[in-house]
Amino acid sequence: MSGILGMAQDAGMFMVHQTIGSVLCCKCGIRMQPNAANMCVKCLRSEVDITEGLLKRLVLVHCPECESYLQPPRTWVKLQLESKELLTFCLKKLQKNMNINKVKLVNAEFIWTEPHSKRVKVKVSVQKEVYNGAILEQSYLVEYVQQDHMCESCSRVAANPDQWVAAVQLRQHVSHRRTFYYLEQLILRHGAAARAVRIKQMDHGIDFYFSNRSHGNKFVEFIGKVAPVKSRSDKQLVSHDSKSNNYNYKYTFSVEISPICREDLICLPPKAAAILGNIGPIVVCTKVTNSIALLDPLTLKFGFLDAEQYWRTSFKSLLTSRQLVEYIVFDIEPVSSEITVGGTKYVLADAQVARVSDFGSNDTQFSIRTHLGHLLKPGDHALGYDLYGANTNDMELDRYKGYIPEVVLIKKSYEEKRQKKRAKARSWKLKSLNMEVDDKIKVDEDKRDAEYEHFLKDLEENPELRFNISLYQNKDYQPSEVASVTEDDGEPIPSVPDDELLAANLLAAEFDDLDLIEDGDGEDNMAE
Amino acid sequence: MATRLKFENSCEVGVFSKLTNAYCLVAIGGSENFYSAFEAELSDVIPVIRTSIGGTRIVGRLCIGNKNGLLLPHTTTDQELQHLKNSLPDQVRVQRIEEKLSALGNCIACNDHVALTHTDLDKETEEVVADVLGVEVFRQTVAGNILVGSYCAFSNKGGLVHPHTSVEDLDELSTLLQVPLVAGTVNRGSEVIAAGMTVNDWTAFCGADTTATELSVIENVFKLREAKPSAIVDEMRKSLFDS
Repeated sequence: MSGILGMAQDAGMFMVHQTIGSVLCCKCGIRMQPNAANMCVKCLRSEVDITEGLLKRLVLVHCPECESYLQPPRTWVKLQLESKELLTFCLKKLQKNMNINKVKLVNAEFIWTEPHSKRVKVKVSVQKEVYNGAILEQSYLVEYVQQDHMCESCSRVAANPDQWVAAVQLRQHVSHRRTFYYLEQLILRHGAAARAVRIKQMDHGIDFYFSNRSHGNKFVEFIGKVAPVKSRSDKQLVSHDSKSNNYNYKYTFSVEISPICREDLICLPPKAAAILGNIGPIVVCTKVTNSIALLDPLTLKFGFLDAEQYWRTSFKSLLTSRQLVEYIVFDIEPVSSEITVGGTKYVLADAQVARVSDFGSNDTQFSIRTHLGHLLKPGDHALGYDLYGANTNDMELDRYKGYIPEVVLIKKSYEEKRQKKRAKARSWKLKSLNMEVDDKIKVDEDKRDAEYEHFLKDLEENPELRFNISLYQNKDYQPSEVASVTEDDGEPIPSVPDDELLAANLLAAEFDDLDLIEDGDGEDNMAE
Repeated sequence: MATRLKFENSCEVGVFSKLTNAYCLVAIGGSENFYSAFEAELSDVIPVIRTSIGGTRIVGRLCIGNKNGLLLPHTTTDQELQHLKNSLPDQVRVQRIEEKLSALGNCIACNDHVALTHTDLDKETEEVVADVLGVEVFRQTVAGNILVGSYCAFSNKGGLVHPHTSVEDLDELSTLLQVPLVAGTVNRGSEVIAAGMTVNDWTAFCGADTTATELSVIENVFKLREAKPSAIVDEMRKSLFDS
């Protein structure tokens, strides 16, 4: 009828305004507007129950350990009580039944139930067409009974808490643990060990245990991206179900990190030197990521070896940073201009140095060429390798017939200044991984502490090392007033600027709410 | 008084019967209960005639009539026509008309004075209607439906129309027909009024599903409470005396 009226109105005809009259409900006789069934809503409701044939009581299988619900046949979904996701989950179970009965879901909401009652109540409103065209809406209550049943992963964990499926054994055969401290910070930053079931500290390395082979694989790949490694993997049969042909294995990944570390002195074997363009056999390792950067201190020539190339010509370092000796610089004369390689500046210079141990007692001095011309000034202390006095046992060095420098300076020493500001608390601190320590191996506490302190000093001195690490503000730190009095040396000791520190949460806080302030930080969490 | 009944388990009694002030037509083939209901009410006053029209039982919807005449569609057979002419009282004129819209009962609704017809009815049919039935003819719609004969039922006392009729339409129809009209339903909310019931000036027959509310509405609008067959005879007697 409205269609005809509409057309007539468009044609410009005069239309009488139509008032809808009222009729009596055919059942109860009250006045109402006429509708398709010509019954008032109450009578219609009493006549027809559109909810008959719909499910009113359903079962939800719930795992009490991990708060997840079973989605048949096998997936477990973690859901919160009274959440939107749980509502969707519950309604999905009703959908098929509703479609068969041709009712349309209009609205649904939770009715509060006591959490311990193991019941979830949902009030559902549905619509259906009755008689000839009248749409009736009715709401009813659906009750979900929560049955407790442990999911597979929780039952596996409960049965054997130490159960692991994949193990990654990280090893580096050097006498210090600097690499592992650095790796620990990297792993924390990227959350690579988030899926690890157990972490154990071993002699010369760390073991990581995972509950899934793919987690272990992912971790090995992560390590491969940050350190030059060589890895192999093996598997061991644990059990075999002959009926369904299921084989359960334990997988082991053995990852070895190259023994070359930063600041090591290396004598390159001829093969390696050839790959790198014949740089002098004595080279300094300046940076280790997934490739090794080598610098020839006499010519400022650089070479990069990636993991594969290194392991093909595996060489060991000649001298490591334990064997650094302190020198005092008398004179320095730059020979070349400033060269920037890989983000750091170097200036080739001739220097007159003497060992600090020789300084007062005798006149032994060395004229050497060094690559630290940009850093050193007369009177500075520097750390370097004493090839003159060292007793090396290296075949390559013995074989080499050419010129070997007597001293190779590595870095500037801040020891003197540090000693003045004795035991000053740092304004920043680091988090650490939750590692088990093997009791059977004797641990030298002092040595460990000294190494850790050394690592922290390293971090302070090298901003590029800090790049991939998260530093947190130390809440207990107060800048002491004493410091300002002694600040007259000209050069302050290197420290971490405040804008690189992250707003510290509690020491035990989760990683998810990290607020990264650092600039130049394109890569965010590589968390799994 | 309104009676509730069923024809062969169907509540649409208006389809299988046609009731006027002078006669009543009922379909053949139903149970004796159906006829007994009609005969109990009407047999001593007006003839109750069993017939078929065009071989079908839907006599209520195919023919239209009042006390003056009866109109039949072209599908009526000659035997049926003869049978009806024999059975009906002499003052009732029986005529078969050629009309494309052969369900005359659906297209035309009438009482003894006025008729409402389908808007597309032929001009000749309209003239025949006016002539044979002795009524004034109006082309109208009821609640937007052109099948006026289905969606409204009226007698000389009142009328019941489709429930969705607007108030303005109701007023207009009431003015045309000069009887009070009400919008209502029959047979538990069915909108097809004339199919669900059949009515004359003193009695009405409705389908068995008609609720008490609907029945009271019907009795009120058609003024069936006080009406008895004798009332009409008394009125006629009064006028006779006065002359």
